[in-house]
Amino acid sequence: MASHAAAAPHGSTGATAGHDDGHEHHHYTTTGLDNRKIAIWAFLGSECMLFASLISTYLIYKGKSLVGPFPHTEWVNEAGKHFEPILDIPVTSASTAVLLMSSFAMVLALQAVQLKGKPIAATAGWWERIQRSSQFWLAATAFLGATFLGFQAYEFTSFVHEGLTIKTNLFGSTFFTLTGFHGAHVTVGVLWLMTLLWIDRTRGLGPKDELIVDICALYWHFVDVVWIVIFTLVYLIS
Amino acid sequence: MSHDAKHNATHDAAHGTAHAGESHHPTGNQYLKIAIILTIITAIEVWAYYIPALVESPLFNPALIFMSALKFGIVVLYYMHIKFDHPLFRLLFTASLILALCTGTALMFLFKVF
Repeated sequence: MASHAAAAPHGSTGATAGHDDGHEHHHYTTTGLDNRKIAIWAFLGSECMLFASLISTYLIYKGKSLVGPFPHTEWVNEAGKHFEPILDIPVTSASTAVLLMSSFAMVLALQAVQLKGKPIAATAGWWERIQRSSQFWLAATAFLGATFLGFQAYEFTSFVHEGLTIKTNLFGSTFFTLTGFHGAHVTVGVLWLMTLLWIDRTRGLGPKDELIVDICALYWHFVDVVWIVIFTLVYLIS
Repeated sequence: MSHDAKHNATHDAAHGTAHAGESHHPTGNQYLKIAIILTIITAIEVWAYYIPALVESPLFNPALIFMSALKFGIVVLYYMHIKFDHPLFRLLFTASLILALCTGTALMFLFKVF
């Protein structure tokens, strides 16, 4: 308690208190680390457990569907209707590339926030200059995330049209649950990014806001690494 | 430790040693190189998927899992900058990841996947 009180010399009752030097002054914590950053890492750890369970469930039921459509093999139903393997690898490869690029845009958004206000050489080229635009990279990340969601909506719609729903077979149940949960996480990430973009446009994000952008970036990269695993285990390994 | 020292230590640590380790963070060009490496690995994975001789090889699945783990590691180490961050964050994530992997493996043993 004493240390906590001592760490709020400016009478701040919140987690942080802003100062004119462009940096936040944080409360003293027993770990010496900001609790928000510990919280996001602990949250991501719990998310590892969630996705490990979902992926394991998918793998446990893989190949045990009694009726099609199947992910990697053809199927003919009792009426003689022929079904092609349902997974569309080219489309999913494109969406994977989009999500990877969004992670690249996200690191540049964080870097742009960290570098805001620092001088840039007069001879700097367009690449150096564009790296300083946090709004551009936040917008790019949100756009690429939304594009990924568009690919997923297309995939889900085409699966339903081809006769695969969450109730059709074990593959449908586990596939839609796993990728649906991931898509929900991407949706949250896009909303988060758009909120940061709105803040950046209204009052501007600077080095004092590094932590809030960093936390969003950690979440976004986590969503990316989960997809890296899903893409290999669900789509490529047959 | 004086109040100011505590205060500054907390401030630096709050940003994951952003100030102390700022010079160790990758630059924009290095991030670009990492993105290219990730794209190339993904392209190799997809290319291998379309080569029947490779798909039938017993090494196909382990190779794909290795490439996936490699991408996972690159993103976590460099994009999530866990390599440059405070060891507590590394511990939190790694311990959870190991626990998650063990849980998943145990589940699959339980349901006789292996």
